[in-house]
Amino acid sequence: MTQAAADTAIGQPNAVAMAFFFVFISITLGITFWAAKRTRTTEQFYAAGRTISAGQNGFALAGDYMSAASFLGIAGLVSTTGFDGLIYSTGWLVGWPVVLFLIAEPLRNLGRYTFADVVAMRMRQTPVRIAAALGTLATVTLYLIAQMVGAGGLIRLMFGFSYEHAIILVGIVMIGYVLFGGMIATTWVQIVKAVLLMSGALLLALLVLLRFHLSPAALFAAAAERYGAGVLAPGKLVSNPLDAVSLGMALMFGTAGLPHILMRFYTVPDARAARTSVFIATGLIGLFYLLTFILGFGAMVLIGPDAIRAVDKGGNMAAPLLAELLGGTPFLGFIAAVAFATILAVVAGLTLSGAAALSHDLWVSVVRKGHADAGEQLRVARIATLALGIVAVGLGITFKGQNVAFMVSLAFAIAASANFPALLLAIFWRRYTTAGAVTSMATGTIATLALIYLSPTIQVDILGQGTAWFPLKNPALVTIPLSFLAGILVSLLAPEPAAAAEFTRLERQTHLGSPAE
Amino acid sequence: MPGPDSRLRDLDRARWRMALTLTGATVLLYFGFIALVAFGRSLLAIQLIPGLSLGILLGALVIVASWILTWIYVRWANAVYDPQVRALESDR
Repeated sequence: MTQAAADTAIGQPNAVAMAFFFVFISITLGITFWAAKRTRTTEQFYAAGRTISAGQNGFALAGDYMSAASFLGIAGLVSTTGFDGLIYSTGWLVGWPVVLFLIAEPLRNLGRYTFADVVAMRMRQTPVRIAAALGTLATVTLYLIAQMVGAGGLIRLMFGFSYEHAIILVGIVMIGYVLFGGMIATTWVQIVKAVLLMSGALLLALLVLLRFHLSPAALFAAAAERYGAGVLAPGKLVSNPLDAVSLGMALMFGTAGLPHILMRFYTVPDARAARTSVFIATGLIGLFYLLTFILGFGAMVLIGPDAIRAVDKGGNMAAPLLAELLGGTPFLGFIAAVAFATILAVVAGLTLSGAAALSHDLWVSVVRKGHADAGEQLRVARIATLALGIVAVGLGITFKGQNVAFMVSLAFAIAASANFPALLLAIFWRRYTTAGAVTSMATGTIATLALIYLSPTIQVDILGQGTAWFPLKNPALVTIPLSFLAGILVSLLAPEPAAAAEFTRLERQTHLGSPAE
Repeated sequence: MPGPDSRLRDLDRARWRMALTLTGATVLLYFGFIALVAFGRSLLAIQLIPGLSLGILLGALVIVASWILTWIYVRWANAVYDPQVRALESDR
C-alpha cells in the first residue's frame, strides 16, 4: 500500500512490533507446550478439565469477545464519525447481561462441551445435533472469514508482510495452539491477549487525556470546536430507526448464541463460577468500550479524520496512528503486536468451538451414536481442528480484497436467530420438541442468510444494485421472532411426550447441576 | 414443610422471575437509548458542560448500567438463590 501520509511508520516493517510479536508468540507457544502435557482427555481438550477459575474465565471471555474489529474498528469509526461510532460501543456490550441472566448458569449445569448438548438433551439426538452443528458452523465460518480477511489486511498494513503470508502465519500459529494445547492453551492465550489489550488501551487513553488535563469533557470540547458540535450528537448513521433496532437485536441476543463464548462456560467448575466470570467479563469489556470513547475522539482531535482515512479508508488505523503520535514507533510496535495477538486469540477460540461441533456433535453423537471411545473422540477433535484451521486459511485467501465487514454482524444475526431461540426454549419450555427445535434452528439460519442476500448490505453495497427487496441491513428484527414462532408452533402442533417427561429431571439439573460430575 | 419438588418449583420460578425482570430492564435501557438516538437528536446534542453532550453521557451510562444490572443479579444469586439450591441439594 502506498503511503499517503508520509510521516508514519505504518506499513513498514517495524523492529519493535516484530520484537513484541515474537515475545508474544514465544510466551503463548510456551503455554501451549505446557498445556499439551495436560491435554489427554476430551474433557481437557474441550473444557480445560473444568479447572479454570471464575476470574481467569472472566478475562478469557473478554479476550474471546474483543476482536480487532472492536479495538481498531470502533476507534476508527468514532474518529471519523464521532458520536455515531459510540452507538456500536454500547451495542457490543448489552449482550452480556442477557448471557448472564438467561443462559450462563443453566448451560453450565446442563451441558458438557457444546451448546447443542443442552438443546439435544431431552430430544432425539441425530436431527437436533445436525441442526445445531449447522448453526454453529455457519456462525463460526462467517466470523472466521471476517477475522482472517481483517488479519491479512491489518498485518500487511502494520508489518509489511504480504496478505497471503500473513494469513498462513495466523493459520499455523492458531492451529498450533488449539491442536496441541486444546482449551487450556486457548484459554491462556485469551487471558494474555485480554491483559495486553486492556493495558494497551488504558495506556493509550491515559496518554490522550494527559494532553487535555485528564478531562474527557475537554477532549470532547476540542473535537466539537474543530469539527462542529455535530460530532457529539447522533448523525447520519441512524437514518433508519428500524435498522438501528434490528442491528441492536442482533448484537443483544447474538452474544448469547455465539458458540465460542458459550463453550467457555464449560471450563469453570460450577454454575457459580460461570456467573461470576460473566460479571468480570462485562466489567472488562464495558471499561474497554468506554476507553474507545477516548481513543476515538483522541484520534479525531490529535490526528484528524482526513489523515486517518488517508492511511486506511475504513479508519482502522486510528488507534495505531494515535499510538505512534503519542508514544513514537515503539508504542506503535506494541499496539500493532497487540492487534495481531487479538486476532490470533479470537480465531483460536472460533476454531476450537467449530471443531467441537464437527467432532463432538456430528461425529461422536450423530455418526457413532455416542459409542466412540475416549481415544477416538480426542483424535477426531484434533483432526477437526486441523481441517477447520486449513479451511480458515483457505477462506481468508479466497475472500482477499472482498468487503467482509458485514460478516460479523451477519454472524451475530445467525447466532441470535438460530442458536439463541433454540437454547432458550430448550432450557425453560417444557413442551419444546425435537421437530420444534430443528424447525427453529433451520428457520433461523436459512431466513437470516436469505434476507441478508436480499438486503441492501449485499444488493446495494456489494452487487451495486439500485434498490434491495428487503429494506433492513440486518435481518434480526424479523428472523429472531420468526425462529421463536416456528419453534413454538411446530412444538404445539406435534407434542412429544417423551421430551416433556424428561423436562422434570432437566429442571432439577438446571439448578443443581449434573450429579455425576 | 413443603417437599423438595414444590421447593424446586418455587426456586425455578424465582430465578426465572429475576432473570426475565433484569433482561427486560436491559432491553428497555438499550432500546430506550436507541430510540433517543433515532428520535431525540436535538435533545442528545445538549451539552451539559462544554464537551459533555447528553448523548455521550447516556451512552456511557448504558454501559455502566448494564454492568450494575449484572452486579444486582450476582448479588441476588449469591445471597438468595445459592442457599436455596444448597438446601435442595442436601435432600437428594
